[in-house]
Parts: sequence; C-alpha cells; structure tokens
Amino acid sequence: MKKMHIVMLVIIAAAISLLLMYMGNVTTYETIASAKQKPGKNITIIAKLDTATIQYDIAKNPNYLTFEAVDTLGDRMKVAYYYEKPYDMEKSSRIVLKGKMENGIFEIRKKEGILVKCPSKYKDDMNAAKKNLETASK
Amino acid sequence: MKYIGENLLPGDIGKFFLVLSLVASLVATIAFFKANQSKIIGEKESWLRIARFSFLLETISVLSIFVVLYYIISNHLFEYKYAWQHSDRSLQIEYLLSCFWEGQEGSFMLWSFWHCVLGWVLIKTSKDWEAGVMTVVSFAQFCLATMTIGMYFFGTKVGSSPFVLLRNEMEALIFSRPEYLSLIKDGNGLNTLLQNYWMVIHPPILFLGFASTVVPFAFAFAGLTNNKHEWIKYSLPWASFSAALLGVGIMMGAMWAYESLSFGGYWAWDPVENASLVPWLTLVAGLHCNLIYKSTGYSLRATYFFYIISFVLILYSTFLTRSGILGDTSVHAFTDLGMNWQLLIFILVFLMPALFLYFKRYKSIPTIVKEEQTFSREFWMFIGALILFLSGFVIIFITSLPVFNKIVTHFDFLKSIFKNSFAQPEDPEFTHNQIQVFVAVILGFLTAFTQFLKYKDTSKEYLRKKIIIPVIITIVISLLIIFLGGIQYDKKGIGFLVAIHMAIVGSVYTIIANASYIWLVLKGKIKVAGASVAHIGFGLILLGILISSGKKTVLSWNKTGINVLEKTKQEDPAENTTLFKGIKTDMGQYMVTYTKDSLNERDRKRYFEIDFQPKDGSKGFKVYPDVIKNNKGAEGFAANPDAKHFLFKDIFVYITSFKEDDKKDTTHFRNEVLKAGDTVYYGNGFMIFNKILLNPTEQKQKFTEDETAMFLDIQVVSKEGSRYAVMPGIAIKNQSLRIIPDTVVAQNLVVQFNKVVDQKLGKLEIGLKESKSLTTLLTLKVLEFPMIKFLWLGVVVMFIGFIMSVRQRIRNFIA
Repeated sequence: MKKMHIVMLVIIAAAISLLLMYMGNVTTYETIASAKQKPGKNITIIAKLDTATIQYDIAKNPNYLTFEAVDTLGDRMKVAYYYEKPYDMEKSSRIVLKGKMENGIFEIRKKEGILVKCPSKYKDDMNAAKKNLETASK
Repeated sequence: MKYIGENLLPGDIGKFFLVLSLVASLVATIAFFKANQSKIIGEKESWLRIARFSFLLETISVLSIFVVLYYIISNHLFEYKYAWQHSDRSLQIEYLLSCFWEGQEGSFMLWSFWHCVLGWVLIKTSKDWEAGVMTVVSFAQFCLATMTIGMYFFGTKVGSSPFVLLRNEMEALIFSRPEYLSLIKDGNGLNTLLQNYWMVIHPPILFLGFASTVVPFAFAFAGLTNNKHEWIKYSLPWASFSAALLGVGIMMGAMWAYESLSFGGYWAWDPVENASLVPWLTLVAGLHCNLIYKSTGYSLRATYFFYIISFVLILYSTFLTRSGILGDTSVHAFTDLGMNWQLLIFILVFLMPALFLYFKRYKSIPTIVKEEQTFSREFWMFIGALILFLSGFVIIFITSLPVFNKIVTHFDFLKSIFKNSFAQPEDPEFTHNQIQVFVAVILGFLTAFTQFLKYKDTSKEYLRKKIIIPVIITIVISLLIIFLGGIQYDKKGIGFLVAIHMAIVGSVYTIIANASYIWLVLKGKIKVAGASVAHIGFGLILLGILISSGKKTVLSWNKTGINVLEKTKQEDPAENTTLFKGIKTDMGQYMVTYTKDSLNERDRKRYFEIDFQPKDGSKGFKVYPDVIKNNKGAEGFAANPDAKHFLFKDIFVYITSFKEDDKKDTTHFRNEVLKAGDTVYYGNGFMIFNKILLNPTEQKQKFTEDETAMFLDIQVVSKEGSRYAVMPGIAIKNQSLRIIPDTVVAQNLVVQFNKVVDQKLGKLEIGLKESKSLTTLLTLKVLEFPMIKFLWLGVVVMFIGFIMSVRQRIRNFIA
C-alpha cells in the first residue's frame, strides 16, 4: 500500500470519528412537554415569548432575566437566563432556547442560548413596516 | 387609476436592462461555447466576435442597472419598493451604497458586476483558453441575471426584481388614493447594524472574492471539456488572487462583527461565517495542489476536484444564506424570497456537469504512478491540502444540520427514523474550536516545515542544516509564551488548554520558519517570497486568534449587589455590570465611571462617555460606546461597541442596556433617631445599624489626617433580599462638622449621619433620602482582548503575500 493511501485512510478515519463525536454533542428540538420529561439534558426549544412575564431590572441585577415561554402545543415554562436581555426581545416572533430543565425552570447558562428571531435584525418585517406605512398616511 | 407624482421612467429603463442582460449573457454563453468547439479558424474568430460583443452588451446592462438603482435610492424615489424598504431620507451619503446590499437583489447585482470585470480581464489574458473559460463565466452571468429578472415563466416566478413598485407589492389602503406618494414621507430605513463603514467596503470585497472563485472553476471545467490540462499555469495567479480577496473579505466581516456587533468577538462560528470560510479552505487546498502539479506532475486530479468544489461551495453558501433555511441557527441570514428551488438549481446546474465530466475524464487526467518521496515537498504539501479539506468538510457538515432536517421532512421513511430534528450543540463555539484547534496545530507545523523541503526529494543533511536555527528560535519564543503568557483557559479541561499551547507553538514555528526561509534559502530575494509572506501572515492570524481568544477576559464581572434570594449562584455567569451616572465603580484593575452621554444629530447615535482610571495610578482613558435607534418598524436600540486600542491589548466596551430618568430631585431627607442594633424601614426594605466606627482605615480617603471621623456601619436589606453595606459619616475639625453621606445606588438611597443626640444612651440621628435622580444608569460589558493586533496584522500580511505571489506567477508565464 502506498504511503498516500495510508494517509487518506487516517484522514477518513479522523473525519468519521470527529463527526461521530459531534453527533454525540448535538441537541434535539423538543417541545416543552417533552423537555419536562428530560431534566438535566441539553435541549433546544422553539417557543413564543410571553411578553407580559418578562422580569428584568438592570438596577438590581443586569445578569438575571426571567420570562415564560409558550410553545405551539400551548405548554408553558419558566425560563431563567444569566445575561443581559437581548435587544428587541419583546418584538420577537419566535425564540430559540438552548439549555436544560432544572426543577421545572429552563436554565440557560450560555450567552448564545437565546436566539431571538427578530424582525428588526437583518430581516425586514413587512408587517411592521406596513403598519408604519399606514400610520404615516394619517 | 392615474397616480400622481410617480417617476416611472427609471424603473422602465432598469427593467429593459434586466431583460437585455439576461438575453446578452445567454447569447454570450452560446457564442463562447461555439467558439470553443469550433476547429475552423475563420469560424472560431467570428463566433468569438459575437461572444465578445454580447459580453460587452451584458457589461453595459449590468452597469446601467447599477446606475439606475443608485439613482432611485439616492433620489429617494419611494414609489420603488427597494428604495422604500432599504433607505430613508436621513441616511448619510456614505451609506447609500450599503442600501444596495442590504437586499438580496442588490447583492446579486454586485456579484454580477464583478463577473463582468473579471470577464474582461480573462478575455484579454487567457489566449487559447478564452472561449472555454468565458463559456462558464457567461453562463454564471446568465444564472445571476435570472435571479434579478423578476418575471413569470409558465406560471412560476423567476427571480426578484429590484425595480418593482411599492404599490404593486403591498396591500395598504393608501394605494387606493392617487396622491398616495405624497403621503409616504419617508422610507423604512437601513438596518442600523449595516450603518457602519465596514459595511460599505466589506460586501464589495467579499463579493469580489466570491465572484473570483468562478475563474479557477472555469479553467478546470474548460480543461475537462477540451481534455487539455495546460490551463494550470493560468489558474495559479487567479487562485492566489481569489484566496487573497475571499480571505480579506471574510476577515473584514470579522472586523465588522468586532467593531459594530455586540456579541463580543470577531468570530462566532455562525453558519453564515462558516459557509464563506469553507470555500476558502478548499480553494487554498486547490492552490497548493495546483503548485504541486506545476512543479512535479502529481496532484492534477486533486487540483480539478478542489477547484470544482470551491465554486460549488460558494453556490451552496449562497443557498444557505439566502434560502432562509438557517432561520433557527443563524443570527444573520437573508429572508426567504421564495426562490429556494431556483437557488438549488443554481448549484446543481454547475455541480452536475462538472462532476459528470470529472468522472468521464478521470482516467485520462495525467498522473504519476511512482510514489512521492517521504522527504519531498509535494508529499507534505498534499497532506496539508487534505487537512484543509478535512477541516472544511467537518465545518460544512455541522453547518448543514438544518438542511438535513429539511430533507427529513420531505421523506416519510426518514421521518420514522429521525423523530426529533437535530439542533446545534449547547455550546456550538466549543464544538468547532475543539476540532479546529488540532487543525491549527497540524497546519502550523506543516506550513513551517514543508517550506524547507525541496520538490522530488531532499537530502537529510541539507534539511538538518536549514531547520536547526528556526527550530531553536521557535522553542525559545514558545517557552516564553507558555510560561510567561499566562494563558490559562481551563474552562474546557486540561486537554483543550494543552491543545491551545500546541497550536501556539505551531503558529510561532510557522512565523519563524517562513521568515527564516526568506533569509536562509531565498537569500532575502523578496520578489519570489510571496508564499512565505502569506504563510507568515497565516501564522500571525493563528497566533492572534489563539492568544486573544484563549486569554480573553471579562472585566465587568458583577460583584455588587448579588441577590441572596434569587437563584444567582456563584458559578452563574454575571458578565454585566451596572454603572450609575457619575458614580465610580470597581472593575478589576480599573475604577470605571459613566460620566456623560450626548446625542449626535448627524448619525443619530447616543454616545456614552465611560471613564477608566487604572488603580495603579497610570494614565486613564475614555471610551465612547454608543447606541443607535433602530430603523422604523422596530423598537429599541442597537448597540455599537467601542474599544480602546493598546499595542498589546484592546479594552472592548459595549452598552447592554440603559435607563434614563430626567425627573428633578425633589425629595427631602427624613430623619430617624436610633441606637446600635436598631432597625429602620425605607420604601423598599429595611436597614440595621450595627455599630459606630472611629477613624476607620477603610474610609480613610474620605477624611483628612487632622480630622476626627465617625462612621456608622449600617447594613441595608432590600425586599428582594439583596444586601448592601452603607457607611455614612461625619468628620470634625476645630468645632466644625462635615457630613459625609453614603449611597446605595441600586436602591436609590442616600443615607447621612446628622448628629449625636444622646451620647450616654448612644442615640444618633440619621437622614434618609430615597431619590429618583440616581436612576440614570446603564449596564455594560467590558472585555479585554490581548494581542488581537496580531490577528489584524496577520490578515494584512497574508493579503500582501498572496498579491506578491500573484505578481510572481504572472511574471512567470509572461516570461
């Protein structure tokens, strides 16, 4: 066997093991109900934010945000996040949460654990813009 | 209905050129194709004339579309959706160009524009290869033209035109009125994140990088169609050029992220970033294989393969960022314009024929049966190329997870296997880092060592003689960094820390070895040192990344007012600190004050002045992070960080929230008499008076040596359970009394020690004030990035190196 073939085999083996390692790390998309069945496991949930429940007071603790999230099945959970409140969170249409369920609270300890699908960020929410257009004409 | 005040002429001109560009590029494709096939001399020439003329028409059309669109945006013709959606009247002139590439249509135009420029260079320089290469470029132009045509063919909408009218695209009551245009006072505005000078220059450079990857692909494709392989000398400078521009374009995006996005860094392994990095990796792999073939005759098949997939990966990244498929994984992708199938066809229409031809010709692509020598440059260079490919493959695999999820939803049998769709790991950054750090180790050593090997074979004595000095220098510098550098990134375990240090050694070795290669082997002939310079730049980039990320520290760790009742535990991150206006706050080695803020009318940003005073008494500095009000249709603010640049570190600051209170302070002090152990209530809790302290040393800065001072040790407990120490005092000197109040800013509370009421009973009077005026505050994050200058310096050096080798290669084939 040629040297180059050995090198290729080593690299293919490396690629496969890296990908297997990676697939061991991936989380899965869960619903709130199924998340509650799996406490302590890293999961990802897509939900809607209940804006009325946001609690965040920068004077008291700028690193503690709590709110409740509701998924499409109507289940509800409390979420705690240990970073600043993401900009324009209230305007989000959807919110992607990555963390783990502990004692009934969804704990997010990574800054990237909240991804706000926000119309204002890069995206143009035509509905908001349209509303703007309607009010401009009055 | 007749609408009043609309200016429809620019749109009509624009639409005409959209169609002309589509037709001209199609004619050019066919004519170049015919010219390439034709063997008869006269016929070939006449096809070429037609093709060049069509390509000229195409170029004129693209330029005209650009001019018309710029005219519409700069004149605020809001009857056009593009102008209304992406710009407004208050926008500074320098950002009018950014409006182009905020939308998908404009960025396709940009891509197409660069193809035109590159096309003319190819027509002038590629001699025999012109027809074959330009067939591919013209066809790519045709595909891009379909993206902006915005017409219906057989009931299906193809592309999205930048010249559509607002009233045709949206349903709103005002369009039923003929004078609707006079009611639209302003446009929707440019996204605030794009209002940054990097966003004016980053997209054109990046798209030049994108566009230029078609050239090596086109040469490879032409080589396969004609079954001739002499194109490799032409493709070398092109591949270097492409790698230079794509690399700099990507890193300008990193610079933009660092300077204007507030995620606290320059790289986040976001899918959009990954998708542009991977083609660069495979292109660089291709470039190295191309060099190997030119010097030894090995690796031609690999060269074909890498050039083909680089361009296909560019198309794939276009698909990823523009199809909306990354919606749940990326913070910045374009919105879905409903063109997914079209984007998919765009990939396949290049991938399929290229793969077909590749396998058809595979046997006839020349190769050398004899094995490479172990001590030959080509052997290790090829391994390096494979490592680059492996790195890119892993990155793109991880990035493609949403695509996999999407595929599953289309097939029932897959749905039954994969019940839950896959999401990114909890810590996506570390997932990539733990893999790529080893790639950095291997590439670092390979880049350093391989330069000293000769093609074909190298005598061991020569090798020993040449590498000994760089190895010694590397060992010395590496030991210095390892023991004095203080990189103790132990959050992810000792294995990762060791890997970081190994990668640092590798990158130092790359820098030293390539620098000494110019000296020892090339004897200082800088003209032929392009590759070495690029490698030095690559080493600097690696070193900058490893140190600035490995030693990145959060200075704003929040230590004040930790709430005992809330679930904030010690291990929880607390990266934001609250600053109250005018009040010094302790932040590691600095005392930090939020001194003032002001609103700039021109760029509509509110700048905050944050004053840093080092505790060691050295000179302080100020930084000015700002926030900008979001464009219409969205509330809130977007933050722009500011950084103080030192030679060896950056102090990086951004505002995470702010709260303003302009109410005048009208409340008065309320007096209470109490003795040690007593409790007093206030609006939001209570306080306990513990004891009196006489001349306490910890309050020494508040009184002078000839004064006698008395302080009260009081603990404040808020309703939420937070505890704060407060120490009001008095200082007496020659019968005169000075009151020294103390504040609990988080509770808006001022406490002062008024007087002693009864010395024997230990009764004292204190004053309490709950003030509103203390509530102008902000929270911010302060990060320190050491040695980040190495990264930016590395990018510049690598760019220079690539451009040097472009010149070198061009000289080679002219001579």
